[in-house]
Amino acid sequence: MSTRPGTVAAHGGGGSEAAEIHDQRALGFWLYLMSDAIIFALLFMTYGIMVGNTDGGPTGKDLFSLSNAAYETALLLVSSMTFGFASLAARDGNRGAVLGWLAITFVLGAGFVFLEVREFVGMIGAGAGPDRSGFLSAFFTLVGTHGVHVSTGLIWILIMSGQIMVKGLTLPVTSRLFRLGLFWHFLDIAWVGIFSVVYLPGLM
Amino acid sequence: MFGKLTIEALPLYSAIAAGGALVTVGGAALVVLIITWLRAWKYLWTEWLTSVDHKRIGVMYIVLALIMLLRGFVDAIMMRTQQAMALNSGGYLPPEHFDQIFSSHGTIMIFFMAMPFMTGLVNLAMPLQIGTRDVAFPFLNSLSLWLSAAGAGLVMVSLVIGKFSTAGWTGYPPYSGIEYNPGVGVDYWIWALLISGVGSTLSGINFVVTILKRRAPGMSLMRMTPFTWTALVTSVLMIFAFPALTVACGLLALDRLLGMHFFTNDHGGNMMNFVNLFWIWGHPEVYILILPAFGVFSEVVSTFARKRLFGYESLVYATAAIGLLSFTVWLHHFFTMGSSATVNAFFGIMTMVIAVPTGVKVFNWLLTMFRGRITFHPSMLFTIGFIVTFVIGGMTGVLLAMPPADFLLHNTTFLVAHFHNMIIPGVLFGYLAGYMYWFPKAFGFKINEPWGVRAFWFWIVGFYLAFMPLYVLGFMGMPRRMEQYNDPAWAPWLMAAAAGAFLILIGIACLAMQVVATFRDRRRDADVTGDPYDGRTLEWATASPPPAYNFAILPQIRDREPLLDMKERGVAWQKPARYEDIEMPKSSAAGVVMGAFAFVLGFAMVWHIWWLVGASALVMWLTMILRSSDDDQEYRLSAAEVARIEEARYRALGSRA
Repeated sequence: MSTRPGTVAAHGGGGSEAAEIHDQRALGFWLYLMSDAIIFALLFMTYGIMVGNTDGGPTGKDLFSLSNAAYETALLLVSSMTFGFASLAARDGNRGAVLGWLAITFVLGAGFVFLEVREFVGMIGAGAGPDRSGFLSAFFTLVGTHGVHVSTGLIWILIMSGQIMVKGLTLPVTSRLFRLGLFWHFLDIAWVGIFSVVYLPGLM
Repeated sequence: MFGKLTIEALPLYSAIAAGGALVTVGGAALVVLIITWLRAWKYLWTEWLTSVDHKRIGVMYIVLALIMLLRGFVDAIMMRTQQAMALNSGGYLPPEHFDQIFSSHGTIMIFFMAMPFMTGLVNLAMPLQIGTRDVAFPFLNSLSLWLSAAGAGLVMVSLVIGKFSTAGWTGYPPYSGIEYNPGVGVDYWIWALLISGVGSTLSGINFVVTILKRRAPGMSLMRMTPFTWTALVTSVLMIFAFPALTVACGLLALDRLLGMHFFTNDHGGNMMNFVNLFWIWGHPEVYILILPAFGVFSEVVSTFARKRLFGYESLVYATAAIGLLSFTVWLHHFFTMGSSATVNAFFGIMTMVIAVPTGVKVFNWLLTMFRGRITFHPSMLFTIGFIVTFVIGGMTGVLLAMPPADFLLHNTTFLVAHFHNMIIPGVLFGYLAGYMYWFPKAFGFKINEPWGVRAFWFWIVGFYLAFMPLYVLGFMGMPRRMEQYNDPAWAPWLMAAAAGAFLILIGIACLAMQVVATFRDRRRDADVTGDPYDGRTLEWATASPPPAYNFAILPQIRDREPLLDMKERGVAWQKPARYEDIEMPKSSAAGVVMGAFAFVLGFAMVWHIWWLVGASALVMWLTMILRSSDDDQEYRLSAAEVARIEEARYRALGSRA
């Protein structure tokens, strides 16, 4: 992935200084993502050592639904693709298309959050909340942290859509859109980890 | 409405605690009064609190660090006097209060003295040394500062409202869990660390991008100063280590707030995970603190021995090696926890290995001094005192690295002596040396030397007297953190240690006198050249204090010691042919506002005032959204204005010559 997207180069206007600023912010954001990745890594580790600590309570096999996790995965992966289309539209300077693709991404992401919240509420209702066992504490915290990230991403999509409507695809706006893209795709990767570390082994 | 907060939270349970609260409130009120009396609020707000200038942010970080050094030292001397008098008696501090004091001492000294001091020095010197006009993200820099200050504020407020943690600065569960610690103390500790930890992560990101992307033309990585190198490695460690602290404290907070079972005794908790998470951050943290101090020593030695640093490359590689190895030794903090002999052996060997690159550096400094013409500036004294003392601490560390020895010495005062023997000479002496070394750069007048020399002698003699007895006591089997004891053989050693603490108190008084004397003599000791030590590196090429933009024309770098190179070619301080417009970041109140509400958020979390949690989080979010939607964050300084500032400097230089 290029750290200098076509969007900035295509608009050209600001010249090399704008490109430099964009470059620095992109690197800074990558570093932030790496530190966030460490947070996820440590939560995965914690989940790994606590997965057996069910305290006689329900296990993943009793609680997880493969179809729900599959729907969540599908929604999030497709939303990553639609975000990619938004980025392409931004490169072409097509404001309407960017807003359209962002809206679709938002709906898909919101659908994901809805499914996750429904799963959580169901588990808590069945007496399998995060205070039931060490295993469930680790599960809710790992998956919930990802969910909070997605929700933050949704708010960010709204803010960016507002900025695009008001300011148009200016250099600073497309530069921010680029970083939002990094964030959104990063959450996808984290989810793939959750799906393959939490749901698949839990159901096997 | 006020959650768990009631009038009972005031510290009326003991005269000493109430006295501490009064001193805190009185001190704060006094500062407010003085500022009001000087009518300095507007100046303070526009020029300092909302400033995004790295030099001012650096100064504010160091002011925060020095204030917290005082607070942390008061804790220290209270512990030393308590132990000196607590043979077969309760001394003057009840156990509950004593426990709060050792917990806040460690928390403050690491998080709110050492971290801000380090971040302040890097802010002050690093951008000047690499020849840039500001850090990559000036606003984020301001936000980091105010998040650190918010954390420090939470620790201070715990003196007045409620109590601080009694679980030590490491906060091990299950003791720090809700079952055994239902009060607010541990929550104060958690939220102070979480909030300031975010600030530290952001600082790390900021410094790495600044160093990698904003160096002056011609400055390759291997032309960077040793201090900039150590700042780079430290910043990388901050980015990768602080998330572990965030996770450890965050999970503990979930245990306490939502009844989860990460670290509880029952329901499948695993408290050993906390200890691992904490030290996955904690050991790199030791190097986060000490590497920049090593950088300061390298600058100071080279400047005051008037020689190029011996073995620059080896120092750079040693720094990088320490950075990597620092992630492979964390388990030595808990050899006794019950890992297998193989695991303990691995971490023991790695701990001995990490001493090797550190030893390399000692030879770098020694051989730089060898046959140099040494000037005994206070910074240089602190450096020499560091080398001698630090080697002793290093040897006791290698001793502790052997798991069998650690099983005997674990949790004794030997350990306390060891890590103070690393951190006081290694970290604090380094920062004090850096503070005195760069003081003229920040303010434009030299720091008072006689008081600096006195401070040094009291600090170093006091250090030996305070901590060498603790090694002996450790061999005699005295556990750390004892509020009272009944072995008469310990008493003389503890009294000697207390005497050492009082010598350090005089050392701190000398530091205060130094500030007074420096400001008294500021006209006499003014430095118009910006280069008071006949320096070698770039920060001495610009004025003192530097203009907001640091360098009117970004210098072309041809050598590892750019200023010396310019002097030798006779091109130092040459007037440029013409000036250009310079774009600079505007000041912003967003950082200080978000910091203030981070403090409120932390306070509300501690006391379970949920509406206030929501409200302050909302304000922080809105401030951030507004700030991030603002595309007009810079102002243009015209070439004419730059020329006016620079001409004034050249006139001053000329009148001097």
